[in-house]
Amino acid sequence: MAPPSTRRPGFSRRAQYGLFIGYIVAVGGVLLAVLLMIIATVDPRGFSALRGAALDVTAPISGAGRSAVRFVGNAVDGIGDYFFAASKNAAMRRELDATRQKLVEARAIEAENQRLQALLDVTQDTAARVATARIVGSSFDSSRRLATLSAGSSKGIASGMPVRGPEGLIGRVIETGRFASRILLVSDGSSNIPVQLIRSGIPAIATGRGDGTIEIKPLEVGKNPFRKGDILVTSGTGGIFPPNIPVAMVVRADRDITVARPLADPAKIDFALVMRVYQPAADAPIEGSDALADAPVEAPR
Amino acid sequence: MKRIAYSRRDVAIAQARHRYIPIVTTILAILIAALPIVVSSPIIPDFAFLVLISWRLLRPEMWSAHIALPLGLLNDLVDGHPIGQSMALWTITFLAFDIIDSRIHWRDYWMDWLIAALAIAGYVFGGWAIARMMGDNTAIGVILPQLALTIFFYPVVARIVLALDRWRLAR
Repeated sequence: MAPPSTRRPGFSRRAQYGLFIGYIVAVGGVLLAVLLMIIATVDPRGFSALRGAALDVTAPISGAGRSAVRFVGNAVDGIGDYFFAASKNAAMRRELDATRQKLVEARAIEAENQRLQALLDVTQDTAARVATARIVGSSFDSSRRLATLSAGSSKGIASGMPVRGPEGLIGRVIETGRFASRILLVSDGSSNIPVQLIRSGIPAIATGRGDGTIEIKPLEVGKNPFRKGDILVTSGTGGIFPPNIPVAMVVRADRDITVARPLADPAKIDFALVMRVYQPAADAPIEGSDALADAPVEAPR
Repeated sequence: MKRIAYSRRDVAIAQARHRYIPIVTTILAILIAALPIVVSSPIIPDFAFLVLISWRLLRPEMWSAHIALPLGLLNDLVDGHPIGQSMALWTITFLAFDIIDSRIHWRDYWMDWLIAALAIAGYVFGGWAIARMMGDNTAIGVILPQLALTIFFYPVVARIVLALDRWRLAR
């Protein structure tokens, strides 16, 4: 059957005008949508009330079945394992050999660490913690890498706060509703995090690639300083992210590109920790406030 | 199925089903994005867009192009896209379908799939380009697996929509 033409609804003037107005609405709507996108580019926090409300409404759907996350994640992993069993086996054997050596080193370091901690009586700084929440969903049908967190502004979460899991940094809060918030994952293409190489302290920028990996760009030109297996931690430069949170491990280091994999896999993390925005300069007590006017400005340590 | 409605209530139910099934199924497909699925790379097809274009290709006379505006807004809000992205891309897709419909009167299954594939490619690349303009630096290779998977999922979704359509119109 030939489909009826939607272009000319017949001889009725009213129907023809109706169709014409429909097109005007559609084209006008497209222009409005483009305008909204431009506004979103200029001011990413615009419409935050509307977006927060939408997050709150959809959060119960996401929160209802966290077990499904495990199921889907395990199924995908299982299929992958099946296909790459042979190469994985060889790689794991190599890894095991390397790990055995590392383990001995690590034990020595651990012992040393315990001694030093006892010496300094270091306690874990829990003041930076804002809330603990579950990751209940993520974007999976677009190139953006976002995740949904099961807590929102009612627990004190605000836009910009860093989020970490037990293994490492997960991302940063970009939108909040009352009961849910949205995280920009470290693997998102618009996420840039100042990091440093744990081995030598070389500073770098970790930029997401959108496919679950991160590209590491060193700030200094020259030979690629990264090696496979290197661990990168946040450097704390520029604030927002507190220093020394593990971020990623280098999986491929070529001459001009370094690819790393985030240490915290959002698909396998049950609980995420939302932290206060790190702002050392603003939090530091002002020394000699009465002499501030004529005191020389100290470089931040 | 019974051929005769026994009461006004039956008629009302049949009419409501007739009218609202397409829009409700599309909204449900949009809400798939709110399911608790956490993956680290974009591989799962965009079912919302597939259901939308399946209904549109199956029943060209049912919707006018501006229906994509509120549906796109909902998709933007649920998916976390910048507001306006799906609104613009979906409406442009519908307008393009209207142009195609006025040029091609005989469409068969393969033709539908080709048109759907072009629409999906336009939508996925459009979304990627908009993200890129907003400071995202995802490489184009990242979205290709999802693009291919979405195109191959179209016949499946079209079948489901066809079955829904038959149930919708059954009396």
